[in-house]
Amino acid sequence: MRFEDEPVPGYPLPILPGHTSPGRFERVLRAGGFAITTELAPPDSADPEDVYKRARVFDGYVDAINATDGSGANCHMSSVAVCALLTRVGYAPIMQISCRDKNRIAIQGDILGGAAMGVCNMLCLTGDGVQAGDHPQAKPVFDLDCVSLLSIARTLRDEHRFQSGRKITFAPRVFFGAAENPSALPHEWRAQRLAKKVAAGAQFIQTQYCYDLALLRGFMEQVEALGLLGKVFVLAGVGPLRSAKTAEWMRKNVPGMHVPDALVARLAGASDQAREGRNICVELIQAIREIRGISGVHIMAYRQEESVAEIVDRSAILHGRSPWYPGRDKPTFASQRTAT
Amino acid sequence: MYAVRLWSVRHARGLNAFYRAFERGLTSLHGVFRALGYERVERPVAAVERAVKGVLFDCRMCGQCVLSSTGMSCPMNCPKTLRNGPCGGVRDDGTCEVKPNMRCVWVEAYRGSQRIPNGVHAMSRIQFAVDQRLQGRSSWLKVVRDHHAELAGKSPTASPSGGKAPTP
Repeated sequence: MRFEDEPVPGYPLPILPGHTSPGRFERVLRAGGFAITTELAPPDSADPEDVYKRARVFDGYVDAINATDGSGANCHMSSVAVCALLTRVGYAPIMQISCRDKNRIAIQGDILGGAAMGVCNMLCLTGDGVQAGDHPQAKPVFDLDCVSLLSIARTLRDEHRFQSGRKITFAPRVFFGAAENPSALPHEWRAQRLAKKVAAGAQFIQTQYCYDLALLRGFMEQVEALGLLGKVFVLAGVGPLRSAKTAEWMRKNVPGMHVPDALVARLAGASDQAREGRNICVELIQAIREIRGISGVHIMAYRQEESVAEIVDRSAILHGRSPWYPGRDKPTFASQRTAT
Repeated sequence: MYAVRLWSVRHARGLNAFYRAFERGLTSLHGVFRALGYERVERPVAAVERAVKGVLFDCRMCGQCVLSSTGMSCPMNCPKTLRNGPCGGVRDDGTCEVKPNMRCVWVEAYRGSQRIPNGVHAMSRIQFAVDQRLQGRSSWLKVVRDHHAELAGKSPTASPSGGKAPTP
């Protein structure tokens, strides 16, 4: 898909009627496209080139890139900074905001700051507990939870004020999202929790890894029954498992990760386990695309980011379109900038 | 105590009914509290509340109790102090991601809510962020004060948006 007013870095797109952000990601979803997002693991480094290198492997395959915010409670370059670097060259990042490390004063500041730097999408998360990461001795903040964070974020955007009531002069124009885990207990209440997030302000949802399609289908049926399908875009989380051993480790150690035994057995029985992992991922994407109400996939390929391109290609979900990336169009963005 | 806390969730229906009656009684004491001075009764009432709810629910005295909307499972016992439902990290056996030996507070809350009339509906209501200034204060007195402030058409002691200071 191509918009006539594709961005020049630093120049926001016009906001279309019914849209809340000047971003491409919201446009793809609202135009009915099957959106593809992925995750960039922020570097343990202060070199901006490390960020660009990690982003470039997705060029032409994804509509937006999530910049994680201390995922798994491990210390990395901050989400705000990664997003600032990415927007400089025109990428469409999704800034993740976790409630674990910051209180409401810092978070509201980040939302304004992120939006000022051109971040059009933000994902409001609770965050993993500190015990999961490399600094278990740290103080967990959790001043907000993801639902109260969403409502505060929406207040900033739609009512032009902080939670305190104090006015802001220019509201952040942001497409807000949240996460959900259809595989976690209590299964019957997960869709209701989603409804709560939508009521609080979530416009799109990225789910945790969905390896159990039966659970995802059940979840989506409930989402539909609650009348949420027209109100929120759901992107299902997927990712390649590198080996049966990794799958075992992940389901034991990654919070909320559910991998059915049959999948682990299939991986264990394969001669090339990494390849089988990618095969499974492609099959999952193709099955997920058929589920009613799913608007896209969120591909999380931690430490095998280069496999995202192959997975997207083989799943044939782009339908011939080429998501924008710096330098996609001739003339290049540098010459466009001088032209404007 | 953990075992009592689980017992309370199993008896959410009865405890909720009892609390409703208790709240009505308490609300009728507004005149007495006002004559004595709310700030003067704050400490003794908070002490009683802490003792009773501490035993039954492992209450953390957040000062803005939502037990009736959480199936009598105190959300402040969640290591992330979530007020709007479980995070995505609940283990497959229903235990907590952070404390593997504890059942997820919200898995329990959902069970308790199903025992309370309209409980699941109440759990679906959005809870605003905690007002940290109320920590350690009595939520019983806050309920009475807010109820009467509402009757009198004034704003409650702490608005959901947290903008105003608690009135003394």
